[in-house]
Amino acid sequence: MIEIDFTKTLDGGAGSFDLELKLALEAGQFTTIYGASGAGKTSTLRMISGLMTPDRGSLVVNNEVWYDSSKKINKKPQERSIGFVFQDYALFGHMTVLENLIFAKGKNDGTNSIDELLEVMELQQLEHRKPETLSGGQKQRVALARALVQKPKLLLLDEPFAALDNTIRFKLHEYLKRVQERYDLTTILISHEVGEIIKLADKVVCLEQGRINKIGSPDTVFTNQNLSGKFKFPGVVVKVEREEIISVVSVRIHTQVVKVVVQHHEAQALALGDQVIVVSKAFNPILYKLEA
Amino acid sequence: MNWEPLILTFKLAVLTTFILLVVALPLARWLSTTKAKIKPVIETLVSMPLVLPPTVLGFYFLMAFSPNNFFGNWLNEWLGVKLVFSFAGLTVASVLYSLPFMVHPLQSGLSSIPRSVTEAAYVMGKSTWETFFKVQLPQIKPALLTGIVLSFAHTVGEFGVVLMIGGNIPGKTKVASIAIYDEVEALNYDAAHLYSFILFAITFCILLVVYLVNGNHFKSLYK
Repeated sequence: MIEIDFTKTLDGGAGSFDLELKLALEAGQFTTIYGASGAGKTSTLRMISGLMTPDRGSLVVNNEVWYDSSKKINKKPQERSIGFVFQDYALFGHMTVLENLIFAKGKNDGTNSIDELLEVMELQQLEHRKPETLSGGQKQRVALARALVQKPKLLLLDEPFAALDNTIRFKLHEYLKRVQERYDLTTILISHEVGEIIKLADKVVCLEQGRINKIGSPDTVFTNQNLSGKFKFPGVVVKVEREEIISVVSVRIHTQVVKVVVQHHEAQALALGDQVIVVSKAFNPILYKLEA
Repeated sequence: MNWEPLILTFKLAVLTTFILLVVALPLARWLSTTKAKIKPVIETLVSMPLVLPPTVLGFYFLMAFSPNNFFGNWLNEWLGVKLVFSFAGLTVASVLYSLPFMVHPLQSGLSSIPRSVTEAAYVMGKSTWETFFKVQLPQIKPALLTGIVLSFAHTVGEFGVVLMIGGNIPGKTKVASIAIYDEVEALNYDAAHLYSFILFAITFCILLVVYLVNGNHFKSLYK
């Protein structure tokens, strides 16, 4: 259980504002923080990790007090059990992949096995390479593995996939899901991508100007209703065509484009680039086995 | 041919560079991270030797270190150190005179390391100390090399400060640049030529090595 209660005045692009955050997360839960830039998302992660100090409040992780302004407790980042994945990977350029992980391990006992992490993240082939020779997706896999070496209680990810293209992003989702389940991690991810959130998160926290304006499961938060469809695919509107009686909306789901028929007035509410969910309820899907 | 001035020059340059490295590393680290209001003042002071005539520095050193003044007198009486017209004084003056050549490359190197890299190490449980030596320093190797070589070369090339504070005492403060001036004054052009050529050749080689190494030329040569 992680109980967060932070108050801090932050400097945003449009003047300063107060961040006020009260939040309880269950252990093992995957939470996403969603919101516009400058809403206080990164600051929240930095305060959880101890890289930034709130003006007042408290932070209790699994009954252990990491921060409490009234009792003057403020653990250093070094003393908190955190795995942090940065958007720019933050790999140590003078060390190989393996050396990055070994450095993270330090002299600590009770760490995750480096061999196992290399295997899970499929990094064995790359272990003797320097970060500068790796692609963005590979670098982020190293960063994720490195963040997990010390068996952190909390895994924090600050828009780790923002700089990557979709195909690589989808692959990394798989890796993230895999390690999250395997190591039973309590995870907090910052993301802009609704599709990503629906796919990965148990809970989404929407931040606006330092305050929570919506909280709940991704379905309820993003669609304002409980969708019980058998098929739910998050996608992006790529084309809206107006026909005589109906409109046809092309939606890109993952790497495929599907067409969905909608009423004119529904189409008018959609713009190119909008994030949507395609849901199907009534029909029974049929499976065809693909011949190899 | 008297080798003494050349030996003295390089002894001074090596010692100065070493002291500078020890002094400039913490200073550059502080400058690259601090948000203190006094930072611009410190930065200005560090950069002053770049624009001031060396004679100004030398003059102030001479005044400060003179046994007739409070500071010089205190040094002399309490520590038994005489900084005027001595090799020790020459070294102190050289360290201050070459300070920007060491601090600037280190500071810009340290500032160029993304904040996230340092923070990643902290979150891993690494102390500030360990992060500095194992993460930050290895990432600024080119800046370190530049700082070391520029400080060394600049110390070899100094003249005004040395003349003011050190004078021209053979074996103690008569470095190569002064010796050249001396020989020219005495119309001893052959000796001046020799000293000059040696200084020219050595500094050329040192700087060439920096450009070769930092320009990644060495890597391509040995691949």
